[in-house]
Amino acid sequence: MGLEEYKGVFIFAQQVDNKISSIALELLGEGKKLAADLDTKEVTAVLIGSGVKGLADELAAYGADKVIVVDDPELKEYRTEPYTHALASVINEYKPEIMLVGATAIGRDLGPRVSAHIHTGLTADCTSLDIGDFPLNPIPGKEQLHKQLLMTRPAFGGNTIATIACPHHRPQMATVRPGVMQKAAPDKSKKAEIIEFNPGFTPDNKYVEILEVVKAVSNVANIMDAKILVSGGRGVGSPENFKLLDDLAEAIGGTVSCSRAVVDAGWKPKDMQVGQTGKTVRPKVYFAIGISGAIQHVAGMEESDLIVAINKDEEAPIFDVADYGIVGDLNKILPDLTEKIKEARAAKAN
Amino acid sequence: MKIVVCVKQVPDTKGGVKFKPDGTLDRGAMLTIMNPDDKAGLEAALRLKDQYGAEVTVITMGLPKADAVLREALAMGADKGILITDRVLGGADTWATSSTIAAGIRNLEYDLIITGRQAIDGDTAQVGPQISEHLGIPVISYAEEIKIDGDSVVVKRQYDDRYHMIKAKMPCLITALAELNEPRYMSPGGIFDAFEKEVTVWGRADLKDLDDGDVGLAGSPTQIAKASDKVRKGAGEKVVPESPQEGVEYIMGKLAEKHII
Repeated sequence: MGLEEYKGVFIFAQQVDNKISSIALELLGEGKKLAADLDTKEVTAVLIGSGVKGLADELAAYGADKVIVVDDPELKEYRTEPYTHALASVINEYKPEIMLVGATAIGRDLGPRVSAHIHTGLTADCTSLDIGDFPLNPIPGKEQLHKQLLMTRPAFGGNTIATIACPHHRPQMATVRPGVMQKAAPDKSKKAEIIEFNPGFTPDNKYVEILEVVKAVSNVANIMDAKILVSGGRGVGSPENFKLLDDLAEAIGGTVSCSRAVVDAGWKPKDMQVGQTGKTVRPKVYFAIGISGAIQHVAGMEESDLIVAINKDEEAPIFDVADYGIVGDLNKILPDLTEKIKEARAAKAN
Repeated sequence: MKIVVCVKQVPDTKGGVKFKPDGTLDRGAMLTIMNPDDKAGLEAALRLKDQYGAEVTVITMGLPKADAVLREALAMGADKGILITDRVLGGADTWATSSTIAAGIRNLEYDLIITGRQAIDGDTAQVGPQISEHLGIPVISYAEEIKIDGDSVVVKRQYDDRYHMIKAKMPCLITALAELNEPRYMSPGGIFDAFEKEVTVWGRADLKDLDDGDVGLAGSPTQIAKASDKVRKGAGEKVVPESPQEGVEYIMGKLAEKHII
């Protein structure tokens, strides 16, 4: 395999219901950063779906230099096989050096199938990407390769962190955790070169049938977009008692989220869950209220700018990551805190 | 119906994590359990067996001591166990692991393959879908419900804000979540039987249609540049206020200092 034939950074521009997913824009931002350290400066978005060509302008605004559009009625809803065929065919045809896919429910299904199909490595759920040397430091008798993609990811439930390279296969593929990479500021004047590509789709045994699509009726604001999160754990005590958190969130202009224990207890829906098996968030302020701070929870919120923890257990591990920890009864502290915040904001408004 | 369940013996992460000098895991030095998602996959297979009748074969790849997870699976009600173990298979990444297990499964008859979504050591969720690709069969990841409908399976598959009811012709591969069910315990009779039942051991030579370049550390496209314990941001201030009011004053002071209110 002539590795030097592979050029440029490609990102999978995930769309659902013909709306670009936030992760696609995050990957464009990160792709731009990586491309700046490579010989080819271009970032190409791969847009797969049915009737999706019109979404290319949005990708251009967020940094795509080229958009490869694979448009086919077979691609209306995400299904593993036709999407694998589409993305693998694009890779075989256009030979990217780097292929980034979001570590979403779709991407973590698609990425492994594509990597197995085209025989390259795939690093899962990366939280940091860099261009650098592999091995990191010269080792006598071993060639040090330059301009490699170094993919960093947590493992063991966040206990360890590993940096992975893919030195002898191309493309270097990673799935990237949502909410971690930065989007660029959009520039609507930017245009991308559009390339239409259709490898042909012939249903076979691998094409599954979607009998039904049921969308969850959810009025929950996306906790990944919130600037302030008021997050509750088992220590809140009951679903009714989340009213205290709702009030605080309303007073301070935040959104309520929760820990896994709360979801497991059936108090709150899964899309409000922060943590390793929930969402990764990094708001400006994260209030951890009645959350003990299991490592799986901390993995999902430790990048928050400011962490305020309230817990009656002085030994709770959440205090190990909190910037400000208050040992006390949330039932007594929260109502008063909410009132004081309301007063302070009212005073400021005047 | 013949069901193959892939399980992995994983370090119990509560016992701490240890590495060899080359950055790969020192599995020998850690306590082990059956990976939770895999156990849910096994339970799903056993429920299908209870409901429709099936032969359940459990397959694992690992050190010889991974025999223990197969015995546990047999004690829960699986019919056969297969251990793939060979020094040349060690240090495999997900690509080499999935190539190897797929080659093992090619030695078997199967209608359905069930794997866990992900293992708690690597957290990659890649091996299941990669096995399906190597075998050329459909995959349905993240199954929440599994039903059999003639020669097909019907699976409820969760995405972020929706679920799909998906119908796939068998043979196919399903990945299971720990949330899928509550795995049964080993029964006393089952534990007794587990040591009577057959565990087949396969080495490299028993795996056909598999290049030497596709197994073990040498057959792994990804390589570890470095691995370390995570360095966490240290603890900040912690106060134990005399009264709730004092606690509130403290928080208000900090929020004002950071220009949040």
